[in-house]
Amino acid sequence: MQDNSSVKVKVTNLTKSFGSLLVLDNLNFEVKNGEFLCIVGPTGCGKTTFLNTLTKLYEPTKGEILVNGVPVDPKKQNISYIFQEYSAFPWLTVKENVMWGLKIKDVSGKEATENTMEMLDIVGLTKFQDYYPNQISVSMLQRVVIARAFATKPELLLMDEPYGQLDIDLRFRLEDELLKLWEKTKTTVLFITHNIEEAVYLGQNIMVLTNKPTSVKTVIKNPLPLPRDAMAQEFVELREEVTELIKWW
Amino acid sequence: MAEQRTLIVCDHVSKEFQTPEGVFKVIEDLNIKVKENEFLVLFGPGQCGKTTILNTFAGFEIPTSGEITVNGKKVTRPGSERGMVFQTTALFPWFKVMGNVEYGPKVRGESKAKRRERAQHYIDLVGLQGFENSYPIKLSGGMKQRVGIARAYCNEPLLLLMDEPFGHLDAQTRYLMQEELMRIWQQEKRTIIFVTNNIEEAVYLADRILVLSNCPTGVKAEYEINLPHPRQYTDPEFLRLRREINDVIDHTL
Repeated sequence: MQDNSSVKVKVTNLTKSFGSLLVLDNLNFEVKNGEFLCIVGPTGCGKTTFLNTLTKLYEPTKGEILVNGVPVDPKKQNISYIFQEYSAFPWLTVKENVMWGLKIKDVSGKEATENTMEMLDIVGLTKFQDYYPNQISVSMLQRVVIARAFATKPELLLMDEPYGQLDIDLRFRLEDELLKLWEKTKTTVLFITHNIEEAVYLGQNIMVLTNKPTSVKTVIKNPLPLPRDAMAQEFVELREEVTELIKWW
Repeated sequence: MAEQRTLIVCDHVSKEFQTPEGVFKVIEDLNIKVKENEFLVLFGPGQCGKTTILNTFAGFEIPTSGEITVNGKKVTRPGSERGMVFQTTALFPWFKVMGNVEYGPKVRGESKAKRRERAQHYIDLVGLQGFENSYPIKLSGGMKQRVGIARAYCNEPLLLLMDEPFGHLDAQTRYLMQEELMRIWQQEKRTIIFVTNNIEEAVYLADRILVLSNCPTGVKAEYEINLPHPRQYTDPEFLRLRREINDVIDHTL
């Protein structure tokens, strides 16, 4: 028998349609505890819809999602979500933004301050803790959002193309930072991206989705050790393999 | 092969803006020459002044000192010999695709039959046949930018200016549009100045890349890209150039 204790997320027969439009068609897969899973697929394939069913923003039409063996419920389980758009609150300072997640999880006082200061230190924003979002750069903003997500020590972190609009250099730096945080906290991460190079740079496993209606095409293991070199031949080969699987253009 | 002639000269151009805090210098002593039918990419960090440079080429902004000439003629205001493809696409939402593409010739008073024929040619070129009567709101991001390219081509300008036209597209659509732009350009060559902060895009498209410095901006480095088309994003030489040029660029402020 399979050891189920190490399974973090179990998705069974997940189906979602909007009226007559079938978006998710019978998805089945598992994510292990502490795994970094990248999810790639053709443009418009329903990746975001999938994340939105995980967070219960949408109810699935059919099937179920279990986290730790029980139906997913962001009110009970500690799940953080990082969106495509920069979602720092403009009326809160950097520090208040990072502390916000803790506040709604009812963590307060000394513990909240300590967690916040630790996160600010890791992402290098200690000096900017009293700045407002409109006073800092885009890359710093994205760090605020990541610090906010990690501050609650989530058991599951969902990321929806957080680095989509950044230039390559900045992207690699923030990705390195993310990997550092992941190695440190052992959080389970589901990372959605359009960018194959990014998926190969980050993921332990890469799940490839089909075009709509979306199902799981295949899951590719990424054996390359961290930190990865985007110019290494094995890296390029893996990138080309995944690109071939999703190429529609 | 005959040496290509120089079409555009940007000669000691500086640009300053007056702000409440005093003079703000965006461009400092910029010197650029562009050959006919060359694909020149201006590559620089965010907020370095790339758009201001394009705006001076377009005649939307006038340099504080220095001058820009196109085919020997000094740029003093916008003109139909210089076409622009905008970052935000900037299509007219109340015109259909045809109305958008034929707009330039129409305001210059060209006859309907003639301008329609030409607009149709460029709509076909960018691969939008069948969508002539669609409004922009019905089109995807990539298709909107195809309309933008057709509209700029339809004026038959000497110089095409492109201001991060693919910046808002997702990574995959962006690859598609880069391939498409290369196909269009190779089918009908024009002189193009293309602005981007995406190094992959720069190496994929350019005959020559000028790396710009942070504000006040000037040319920091220059690279001739001699890889044959179509280029491969994972080709070792491509990746090497990507890293080499990326190491030169200033970080975004």
